[in-house]
Formats: sequence, structure tokens, C-alpha cells
Amino acid sequence: MGYQLSFTQIWANFDKLSGGLLLSLELALISIAIGALIGLVLAIWYVSAGRIGRTLISAYVEFIRNVPLLLLVYLVFYGLPTAVNIAYSAPVSFVATLSLYAGAYLVEVFRSGLDAVPKGLMDAGKAMGLTPWQRLIYVRLPTMTRITLPALSNTFISLFKDTSIASVIAVPELTYGAQWINNKTFRIVEVYAVTTVLYVVTGYVILFGLRLLERRFRVER
Amino acid sequence: MDAVLYSIPYLLDGLGITILVSLIVVALSLIIGVILGVGIIYGPLPLRLLIRLIGDGIRGIPILVLIFLVYYGMPALGLNLSSFWSAVTALTIFKSAHVIEYVRGAVLSIPRGQMEAGMSIGLVFRERLRFVIFPQAVRRFLPPWLNGVTDAVKGSALVSLLGVVDLMHAINQVIGRTYEPLPLYILGALLYFAINYSLSTLSKVLERRYSYIRE
Amino acid sequence: MSATSLLQIDKLNKSFGENQVLTSVDLNVVAGEVVTIIGPSGSGKTTLLRCVNFLETYDGGSIQIDGREVGFTDSVSRKRRGEADLAGMRAETGMVFQSFNLFPHLTAEQNIMLGLRRVRKKPHKEAREIAQHWLARVGLDHKADSLPSELSGGQQQRVGIARAVAMDPKVLLLDEITSALDPELVNEVLDVVRQLAVEGMTMLVVTHEIAFARDASHRIVFMADGSGRE
Repeated sequence: MGYQLSFTQIWANFDKLSGGLLLSLELALISIAIGALIGLVLAIWYVSAGRIGRTLISAYVEFIRNVPLLLLVYLVFYGLPTAVNIAYSAPVSFVATLSLYAGAYLVEVFRSGLDAVPKGLMDAGKAMGLTPWQRLIYVRLPTMTRITLPALSNTFISLFKDTSIASVIAVPELTYGAQWINNKTFRIVEVYAVTTVLYVVTGYVILFGLRLLERRFRVER
Repeated sequence: MDAVLYSIPYLLDGLGITILVSLIVVALSLIIGVILGVGIIYGPLPLRLLIRLIGDGIRGIPILVLIFLVYYGMPALGLNLSSFWSAVTALTIFKSAHVIEYVRGAVLSIPRGQMEAGMSIGLVFRERLRFVIFPQAVRRFLPPWLNGVTDAVKGSALVSLLGVVDLMHAINQVIGRTYEPLPLYILGALLYFAINYSLSTLSKVLERRYSYIRE
Repeated sequence: MSATSLLQIDKLNKSFGENQVLTSVDLNVVAGEVVTIIGPSGSGKTTLLRCVNFLETYDGGSIQIDGREVGFTDSVSRKRRGEADLAGMRAETGMVFQSFNLFPHLTAEQNIMLGLRRVRKKPHKEAREIAQHWLARVGLDHKADSLPSELSGGQQQRVGIARAVAMDPKVLLLDEITSALDPELVNEVLDVVRQLAVEGMTMLVVTHEIAFARDASHRIVFMADGSGRE
């Protein structure tokens, strides 16, 4: 089979990939930010919630974790606008979906993070005369943040890969860019080889960057 | 409501395909993953590095990219696979990379002292693997692996993008005819939920049951 | 020396990379003797013990049990023993570990039976009887069907001793067996060891328990920086 590798057309259209990569990172970043907010609020609420509250939160978490992301994306983008009078663009819809997705996973992360704060620190706060609210803000949350940093970075990298699903609703992220070039040039092997390298290398860069951050904030239990 | 009732036979057909795809992927990835997993632990250094490299590469890309890679790439290699088998191949490759990690995690988390205890009573390497390591590794492997099976089921939804008529594709097809997206997406979600939730509950039960193995 | 040594260690050398852990160590243990090695952390005492059943290799010198070199076919050629050979040598010694190392997926009885069945090739019934005998000897016959996770530290360690002794070893190696135990559980374990000593078991013990070393051993060896002094 005479398949000649030729990367020229890939480089000619590289902006589709680089732009897509940037968008993927943006989508992941926004989603983890909102998701972290959701997760944190729900985690704090869970601790003091009654049975109804806990069941609701668990229902949300279990639903999101057991349903394919693709279905969730379709549901939010095509399904919701028919019921609620909302109109949104594909990127907004995707970010909303991915944030809810991230939130479900992060509730668990933050719950165990809050639990993992050494009791001794809370006692020290009490002994100092801090109110429960002050203890939460000044002792528990900062400590919990340092404990959960590894899980957060892993979630971020996961989300970065999950942004590829956005391509199905025509959000111009990295995978969509690859498909675009593929459809235009039919340089299948080349475009996916380059895309693979971009995903893997970016993933590692993020990983190492976050590891450095973690080391700076390491907590001794 | 009529739309929902109308859709049920189609959804069930799609569900059948989803389960078929998931079963094949899980079974194949288990076999491949365990073999390569053992290779990555006990094999010669070059083999270990190779498996490590490829495994990390596969886990570093989105499943969708892998699916497209296989779907579009196979013809370039001269292999002409149907959509179904392209998708199954891609998902199997993806899952195998994870199974390798589960195996590594299971075996490497066994304390070194266990091998030493086995040595001290005079067991040979093969006997140590069989009577000491393997029973413990299996119990450590099962909970995360079962959890991973839910990822295979969720990943199977992507085969719909290649035109394979699984549950996800069936949902979209029916919506195309009835124009009532929301109830159908919710119904589909509940079906996926039913499968995966039972699997993850089973995984939690096993984890609790085998907690003694992690003393 | 009038009696012949059961365990003979001559000019033993061992390094971990740059670090010389054992320097020309000599030690003889006669049948029925209990020798205790004490010394500060890092003095190489555990390493010495682990060389005797070849869990660690040694770079120079010789270790012989009943005249046979452990680990190599002879101390001159330094040709390493094969798998099956080595396993056979290790079956002649029994080791009890600081962290117990009981097999968590097996009951107390099964832990003891594994070696009896697979290494000593005893039939199931006989292995079971021996296991039950030794469980009774360490005071745990009522716990035969318990998993290690259901036993206290002291109980686990007693099973560990039973597992080692049931193999009928020539030498018993005890590696800081009480260091990981809560203080109130230490005595039940030491009582078992004392009893074994009285019955003539040859033992090489590494421990921090000075009182035990004094009344249960025939000899105490002090190790520091990789060499020993009696």
C-alpha cells in the first residue's frame, strides 16, 4: 500500500489544532472552577445535612457518575431547551454540562478532604477561641485545599481529555480541529498522530506543573 | 409519553448492542490487560518500558481520539474493519491500558514481606506467585476493576458516533423521528444508570468484603 | 570449641551500594544454643539475620548450616544456588518477622499448613494435625479458623512463630519479633519463645528486649557498625 506520510497540510492548518488545544484548556479550566464551587458547597452542606439533603446530593452524584458524558452533553444541549426556555450556544452548554460532571466527582474529593483535616488542628482553633465559621474559613478550608490538591490535578487532567466530547456538538476544540483537518485533507494518520502527541504532551506538562505546585503545598498528616 | 412507549423496543435493541459491546470489551481487555500487566511487573526491562510507554500514551488521550484513530487508521494499515469492530478494538485497547494499571496496583501494593514470608518457608518463585501473591492480588484487583467496567459501559456510548446502533444511537434515532428529546434522554440515562449503578454497588460490596486483605 | 557448629558464619561481608553494612562478621551457633544479637539501629543485625536465610545476598565470607553453604554451592566458587535448591535451604531455617507477614487470605491454621503441604509435601490430614498441634502449643488452638485480620498483634505473632516452627527448622531466626507489638502483648510472645528455648530449639535472635536477652539466651553478641563482639 503506497501511503506516503506527509505532514505539510497538517502544519498548514495547524491553527485549527493550536486554537482547539487552547479552547480545550479553557473549557477544562472553567469547568473545574465551577465544578469545584459546586463540589465544595455540596460537600460542606452534606456534612450538616439531614437525610433528605444527603439523599439528594447522593442522587446527583450517582446519576452523573453512572451516565455517559456523551448522553449528558446531548441532554443539556438538545433536551433542556425544549423544556425550559433557555437558548445557549454549544460552548456554554458544554461548559455547563462538564461543570455539573466535575462537580459530582469533586463532591467526593472534598468530602474526604474535609474529613482528612487532622482533628488536632480544629482543637487548636477552638482553643484559640475561633468561632465555628472562623474555624471553617481559616483552618479547615485551607488545610483541605492542600490535602485535595493531588485529586484536583488528576480531575483537571481528566476533564481536559473529556473536552474532546464537545466536538460532537461542533465546539471547535482540539478533537474537532483534528476531524476538520481530516475531512479536508484526508491525512488521517498524520493528523491523529499530531493530535495524540498534543494531548499526551499537554497532559504531562500539566501533570508536572501541578506536581510542582503540590510539593510546595505538601501537608504532613 | 407516546414517544416514550414507541421508543422502548428500539431502545431495548440498542441496549442489547451496548451490553454486547461492553461484554466483549471487558472480556478482551481483561485477558490482554492481565497478560501485559504481569509482563510489566515480572518481564525483562525493555518489555516493561515498552508496555509502560504505550500504556501511558493510550491513557493520555481521550477515548474519542482513540476511536477515530482506529476507525480511520485501520484502512491505512490495510485492515478493513466494520464500524462495530473498529469501535470494539479501540475500546478494548483503551480498557486494556487501564487493566494493566489495576494489575500493577494490585500486585505492587502487596507488602514485600509477603514474598519474604513465602521464601522463608521454602516456597519457590512459582509457588509464591500461586499461593501467596495471586490470591491477594485478585482480591485487590477486583474492586477497582469492577468500577472500571462502568467506564467501559459509559465509553460504549461513543460507538454511536461511528454509526453502531447501540443504546445511545437508538435514542438519537428515535428522537429524530419523534422530536421529543428530553424524555428519551432521561429514559436512556436511567437505563445506563441501572446497569452502572448495580456494577458499582457490587464493587463496593466486594471492597468491603475483601478489606481484610489490606490489613 | 568442642561441639560442632550448626550455624557457622565466617568473615561475612555485605554492602548496600557504597554502604558497608557487615564487615568480616564471625559467629558460631551450636545446636540447642540461643544467641541474641543486640545493638543500635543500623548496626547490621537484621541484615545479618536475613543473610542466614538468603533473603539478602552476601558479598564475601561464608554462612554454613550443618556444613552446607547457604546461597552458593560452595563459598569458593560462589556459584549461586538455583531456585529449587535455595528454597530447600530456606526450608531448613524458620524466620519470624517484625511485621508478622502472615498470609491475610489464609486462616491461622492454613498459614501453618501451606509450608507443610507444599514444601514438606505432607498429605492434608497430617499437615492439619501438625498445624493444630503447634497452634495449641502457642495457645491458639481456638483460633485455628480465624483470619489474621481477626487476631490481635500478639496472637498474629504467635501464629507466625508456629508457622516457622512447624516446618521443623534447624535454626529459628527471630527478627525483632516484639518491636511492632503493644507493650502488654509482648510477654505472651516472649513466653512462647522462652519455652522453645527450654526445649532445645537453636535460635538466632535480634531484639531490643534486654531482659529477655539476659534470661533466655546462652550468649549475647553486641553489634555496632557492622561487626560483632560478644
